[in-house]
Amino acid sequence: MTAATDLTLAGARAALARRELSAVELTRAHLDAIAALNPRLNAFITVTPDQALAQAGAADAALARGDAGPLTGLPLAVKDLFCTAGTRTTAASRILGDFVPPYESTVTSQLLRDGAVFLGKANLDEFAMGSSNTSSAFGPVENPWKRQGEENTVLVPGGSSGGSAAAVAARLALGATATDTGGSIRQPAAFCGVAGIKPTYGRCSRFGIIAYASSLDQAGPVARTVEDCAILLNSMAGFDPRDSTSADLAVPDFAAACERGVKGLRIGIPREYRLDALPAEIAALWEQGMAWLQAEGATLAEISLPHTRYALPTYYIVAPAEASSNLARYDGVRFGLRKDGEDLKDLYERTRAAGFGEEVKRRILIGTYVLSAGYYDAYYVKAQQVRALIRQDFDRAWDQVDAILAPTTPTAAFGRDEKQDDPVAMYLNDVFTITANLAGLPGMSVPAGQDAKGLPLGLQILGRRFDEETVFAVGRAIERNAGFSALPALRAAA
Amino acid sequence: MSYTIEGASGAWEVVIGLEVHAQVMSEAKLFSGAATEFGAEPNSQVSFVDAGFPGMLPVINGECVAQAVRTGLGLKAQVNLWSRFDRKNYFYADLPQGYQISQYQFPVIGRGEIQVELSDGSTKMIGITRLHLEQDAGKSLHDQHPSKSYIDLNRSGVALMEIVSEPDMRSPEEAGAYLTKLRQILRYLGTCDGNMEQGSLRADVNVSVRKPGEAFRTRCEVKNVNSIRFVMQAVEAEARRQIAVWEEGGEVVQETRLFDTGRGVTRSMRSKEDAHDYRYFPDPDLPPLVLQQDWVDQLKAALPELPDERRARYVGEYGLTPYDAHVLTLEKETAAFYEAVASGRDPKMAANWVTGDFFAGLNRHGEGIGESPVSAADLGALLDLIADNTLSGKLAKEVLEAMFETGKPPAAIVEERGLKQVTDTGAIEAVIDQVMDANAGKVAEYRAGKDKLFGFFVGQTMKAMQGKGNPALVNELLKKKLG
Repeated sequence: MTAATDLTLAGARAALARRELSAVELTRAHLDAIAALNPRLNAFITVTPDQALAQAGAADAALARGDAGPLTGLPLAVKDLFCTAGTRTTAASRILGDFVPPYESTVTSQLLRDGAVFLGKANLDEFAMGSSNTSSAFGPVENPWKRQGEENTVLVPGGSSGGSAAAVAARLALGATATDTGGSIRQPAAFCGVAGIKPTYGRCSRFGIIAYASSLDQAGPVARTVEDCAILLNSMAGFDPRDSTSADLAVPDFAAACERGVKGLRIGIPREYRLDALPAEIAALWEQGMAWLQAEGATLAEISLPHTRYALPTYYIVAPAEASSNLARYDGVRFGLRKDGEDLKDLYERTRAAGFGEEVKRRILIGTYVLSAGYYDAYYVKAQQVRALIRQDFDRAWDQVDAILAPTTPTAAFGRDEKQDDPVAMYLNDVFTITANLAGLPGMSVPAGQDAKGLPLGLQILGRRFDEETVFAVGRAIERNAGFSALPALRAAA
Repeated sequence: MSYTIEGASGAWEVVIGLEVHAQVMSEAKLFSGAATEFGAEPNSQVSFVDAGFPGMLPVINGECVAQAVRTGLGLKAQVNLWSRFDRKNYFYADLPQGYQISQYQFPVIGRGEIQVELSDGSTKMIGITRLHLEQDAGKSLHDQHPSKSYIDLNRSGVALMEIVSEPDMRSPEEAGAYLTKLRQILRYLGTCDGNMEQGSLRADVNVSVRKPGEAFRTRCEVKNVNSIRFVMQAVEAEARRQIAVWEEGGEVVQETRLFDTGRGVTRSMRSKEDAHDYRYFPDPDLPPLVLQQDWVDQLKAALPELPDERRARYVGEYGLTPYDAHVLTLEKETAAFYEAVASGRDPKMAANWVTGDFFAGLNRHGEGIGESPVSAADLGALLDLIADNTLSGKLAKEVLEAMFETGKPPAAIVEERGLKQVTDTGAIEAVIDQVMDANAGKVAEYRAGKDKLFGFFVGQTMKAMQGKGNPALVNELLKKKLG
């Protein structure tokens, strides 16, 4: 029999339903894997074994009663950006090091409602700012994958949801919650060889998720299969009156949409994504993806997204601007870290100097600058105008195509010591993912192949607003054709 | 003659604009469900949203928007069907989010106007620039501990309307009249209780001076003035200070000042150079505020009668003098009281009694109309006793005073004190006969043509009747008997 930690979420659900496995056994297997591997991977900031086992016990009772929900007994990791009542929630920052929220985020409360078991809080880049999960105040996360022949080189898991992706890849959890502001679900999913979807902005409530950039932040799942992502998103999504930006729309059956097939779908290939610097193996994988979809009856069309090249600078104005304001509440007055000073200003300066890491400080400074009198029009207003043009690019594309296929990232996972000196090189990693956030579109990364050194590579599917169903259908077709079965070097039961 | 201040170099004109912060009357805060009651235990009315906790999001309170729209309609102002909330960023200990949610670029209410009444009987239109919704901050308490400040977040997130006037006022009186009228309109609408002592209405006063005919000179803002009287004082003090600066060859610098009510002067709070850069930008947590015209129309249809309309009605329908109509409509409660008294009675007589003896009685007893020991129904009953000749006007005054003292209805007082007016002609004639007998000489003088003596006989008769004689009957019978 497959090890409990190797089961997919859907597979584990079936095994629990058949009573081949108890929720406590399943949870214990994952807790054991965490105990064995987390000291090295650092995918979790906080592990909650007692709570997990209690939830698993309750799940077994529910299963015995025949009263199981869609996620009963399934062990998940929760990105430590989601507030969890009674469990420390840090945003991977010293400034929230001891913060225990008295409330539960809407997304996690819906997962709990559906019976999920929470193993603990997954590591991330501090305040979700980063693409390598190296900016966490609780230490970096290690990618469980190794370049062939370079077993001692530590690779980054991507970010900001690096802990979520690494935990799922290494079989420390069946799935995980994550958030995506500029690629923070899709890029780590690609780097770690797992699937992840950022749904349409407004599909999941942001209530109780620690804000980075409010107009871009969106929650979504990371799991090992497209179907598992669909199952998780069905629980996470839905209208929430406590979030004014959440969409008052019914949640479709995403899992059912996975098997729709792609016959007759028109797939767009954005001309502007064919970067000169794109490594040949990524370009080749992209071509392969097109061929798979074509073979299944989809048609391809080259499209143009002419403002793509402005996406990165636009993002690095909008996101830091919102962040500089969103993070003003971490002032040492009411909760979290406090460093007393001689007066109020001194208290602010000491608290924030000690509490925030370098990348967070950098983005607060950028954001404060672009909103300043005299610069606001040149930066923030201009960025909003460009953002509207980027959205318009996609609106035009949707007249021609039903989904867009692109690489998720311009490279495979890189080494922890690479790119760290040059923030701009790091920011370039988000070049394919950022547009979906700026336009509010759903985007999914599916593991589709490996590079020459055996590292996973992802393909990305973008869809119309609130048309995750087509994204799932295309994602599942890619997954089926790719037959991705490679395993990371570091994993449970390995 | 327009108001000017005479300086060494001649007459100076004063230019005044007001920014008024009015707390919206609402059960809950602007973006959270927390309560808004005044005077509650510190930090007892604070939600996680108000305290700026991580992951908390604002959700607009529709009732606060309705109140702002009602106010806009009451100010005859443009209602903007599309408006937006912005963040005003600054750090302070009583500002939990590190920003105030306000409407900077696109306010919910645009241009409007207010007609103010001045003491010389003239009126003046004052332009309203805009009205926008914003959150209040909490309160820092610096006097509770020798080295620490305490923070009370009860007010954090409470909805405020900031109402900005055009620089249309030219005298302390006009500024006072504007604030009085604005407060009156808000109270009529029920959108702000107008209580300046509790801080639910506060004014920032912008003042500049100029020589008549000149363009505007630099203005200063006097922050947080909390009574109408202080607004008028602050205008004059600030204008005189600026005149002195100009006349000494100096230059007025734009700055924020505070009014020292004890010394009657303004002093500098912060200069333009120290002004915050608030880094306004649209709040990404809140979609634009989009109103439906139908909804605005419904609010308009349900709007209560406003003071100007009510005053016009009192003059037109009731035949009151403009002055009485003005006095009776100043406060919504007074108007309601008056209408209860006037209902089914002679409206002019009711107005005379309310503005005359009733107000005098309230003053004497140091009560507001809300705490009046005399109810409108009882005052009405007193008027009925006059109308049916039970009481003379003079007796009625006595009864009213007794009503103020005891809170009893007039009939009970008349009964207890035997104050009932005598209308029995036989009884009155008997008294007149006695008076004439006792004053035979004066009767002769009167009959010889000394008409002025008539008043003497009325007085003597009333005195003999302890004032209870019906004055009309006394007059009539005296005339008959004196021939």
